[in-house]
Amino acid sequence: MDSQPLTETHDEIVRVLRDDGTPDPAVDPGLSTEELRKLYSAMVRTRVIDERLVTLQRQGRIGFHIGSLGEEAAILGSAFALRERDWGFPCYREFGAALLRGLPLQRFIDNMFGNANDLVKGRQMPDHYTCRQARWGSISSPIGTQMSQAVGFAWAARLRKDDAVALVYFGDGSTSSNEFHVAMNFAGVFRTPTVFFCRNNGWAISVPVERQTASRTFAGKGIAYGVPGVRVDGNDVLAVIAVTRRAVERAARGEGATLIEALTYRVGGHSTSDDPNRYRDKKEVDPWLERDPIERFRRHLGRLGVWSESDEDTLRAEADRQVREAIAVAEKTAPPQLETLFEDVFADPPWHLVEQRAELLRGPRAPSAH
Amino acid sequence: MPQMNMVQAINDALRVAMKKDDRIVVLGEDVGKVGGVFRVTAGLYDEFGDDRVIDTPLSEGGIVGAAIGMALYGMVPVPEIQFADFIWPAYDQIVSELAKYRYRSGGEYPCKMVIRTPVGGGIRGGHYHSQHPEAHFIHVAGLKVVCPSNPYDAKGMLLAALADPDPVLYFEPKRIYRAAKGDVPEGEYTVPLESASVAREGRDVTVIAYGAMLYEALDAAERAAQEGVDCEVIDLRTLWPVDIRAIEASVEKTGRLVVVHEAPRTCGFGAELVSLVVERVFFHLQAPPRRVTGFDTPFPYTLEMEYLPLSHRILPALLETARA
Ligand SMILES: Cc1ncc(C[n+]2csc(CCOP(=O)(O)OP(=O)(O)O)c2C)c(N)n1
Ligand SMILES: [Mg+2]
Repeated sequence: MDSQPLTETHDEIVRVLRDDGTPDPAVDPGLSTEELRKLYSAMVRTRVIDERLVTLQRQGRIGFHIGSLGEEAAILGSAFALRERDWGFPCYREFGAALLRGLPLQRFIDNMFGNANDLVKGRQMPDHYTCRQARWGSISSPIGTQMSQAVGFAWAARLRKDDAVALVYFGDGSTSSNEFHVAMNFAGVFRTPTVFFCRNNGWAISVPVERQTASRTFAGKGIAYGVPGVRVDGNDVLAVIAVTRRAVERAARGEGATLIEALTYRVGGHSTSDDPNRYRDKKEVDPWLERDPIERFRRHLGRLGVWSESDEDTLRAEADRQVREAIAVAEKTAPPQLETLFEDVFADPPWHLVEQRAELLRGPRAPSAH
Repeated sequence: MPQMNMVQAINDALRVAMKKDDRIVVLGEDVGKVGGVFRVTAGLYDEFGDDRVIDTPLSEGGIVGAAIGMALYGMVPVPEIQFADFIWPAYDQIVSELAKYRYRSGGEYPCKMVIRTPVGGGIRGGHYHSQHPEAHFIHVAGLKVVCPSNPYDAKGMLLAALADPDPVLYFEPKRIYRAAKGDVPEGEYTVPLESASVAREGRDVTVIAYGAMLYEALDAAERAAQEGVDCEVIDLRTLWPVDIRAIEASVEKTGRLVVVHEAPRTCGFGAELVSLVVERVFFHLQAPPRRVTGFDTPFPYTLEMEYLPLSHRILPALLETARA
């Protein structure tokens, strides 16, 4: 990695965990035992929650879920590499990162149910949570919109002599959006302290990466904008941390933005609304199951002797219990009050919203919520 | 005659048209192998191949911009925007380019295409999978905007739109994609654009609706009938250019008007419809026209059924208008 300074773009893929399972000391971010355990636990917790949420959706208890199966290393590693004062601009697939950064589990599950305790007041679909206190952005479904915002946010921080960095998440498909190019260009011109974190998971719903770009790599797209790009094994959590840390440090030093391409794979469907068997061969998935980021990391921890089978059992049982408890609470929580519909459109509701609120409250109720 | 739902009827219209006219190409996100996230283009990729049913990179601006180029060359593109909520990256191409091409080139470059996109709420889609943005397009000179409410019209209007010389936005009410079923003739037929249909005849109040809300208006009209109020429900089908004669004729008969739409009230299409009626048949009116619409808030998730102008909100408006 030292032979690969973040000033130019390379095709090689940065890895820490080598094929024989040993870490490459030149790149290893050197986490403490406590950090390793914390990181691993967060990855497992993410998967346990994912699995519960998919089940809930199948049972009709929540409307939707968009999961991170197979992408936990990219999602958790990048968030782990941020410093306390940095900010995240998520897309819709990074709830695990938000939890790691401080979104309370209960609030996330409340969002999945769109109940009265949901921080977005039941206004958005599941997985469209928010948490300013965790320095985490507000999620929008339209692809790409968060990218130029992360550029402006980081730029503002620099203008105000604050060394905070903004990391923005997006997928391979999102690099085709108008916004990607606009954001990269602004970041290049103004050298903003932004980290562009591209989760290249192979697919944009049913569209494979070959339909998104004719470039050899996504990292290479940075060249045109004067933003260095780096490719990292997105299923190697230590490599993701190493690369993201360097990008964050570089940004904080005033050297500008970095584009990280994390190579990973969307093992599940796009969301609970999608059946990937319609468009991709199961055989394509198999090799990625072998590269499962959680298994891989656990083997590493086992070799280091910092993780045991009983640790594993305790963690899974605990994670499962926590998510079940949060679900039980969220499911019992009432939906948002009718009048909340009219709050936050403006800071203060103008006359027409006051009238419309009165009209709704005075009128008959909808026959069934759903 | 085969029974179809809306999805099947639209799919059938595309197949019929593509067989006959090889200038027609479908392009968009996930329209190919998987056949669209709502399965509207299912089977077309296998039948017509990758050159005519094209999965594009994820850029609505690119999809519509490229479609404009194809249209200028002489093809007939049918871009799909996966949800109308995601049409905004293409809005510049639609408003600044597509809508004005014929005019700004002195008629040298007509630009014909049909942009298909699912609209509307009631499917647990929250802010960004629920909106019904017709007013943003009707306001733009040079665009035709349609919104069928049943499989027969869906097929016939899509075939009419494909034969139309101008750009057409074809809005598909996704809440009734599978719920609205009916007989659909095989092969080719058209339902002329600019023709509204009278979905229920009545004497007391004219109710204008379209898309998924038509069924709510019809349900409210049945309930009003039990209270002795006889409503005439007009299904606009084509929103712009609207069938003004059908509206005038109905209001001349009833003297009362209620307009229903999902989109927010302020500057919604209802505002235009009410203005037209007030300007043109004012002296026939016996009560103030009413709008029953979505509220002037973003489209919500949990409370979406309270937000939508469903039958329970339409009924009181009908009764009050009838008795005003
Ligand atoms: C502007 C816009 N167009 C279309 C969509 C529908 N859509 C949602 S996710 C998605 C694919 C995104 O793929 P990618 O960026 O690779 O992210 P991933 O889902 O793989 O994490 C599409 C087309 C959208 N949300 N926004
Ligand atoms: Mg992707």
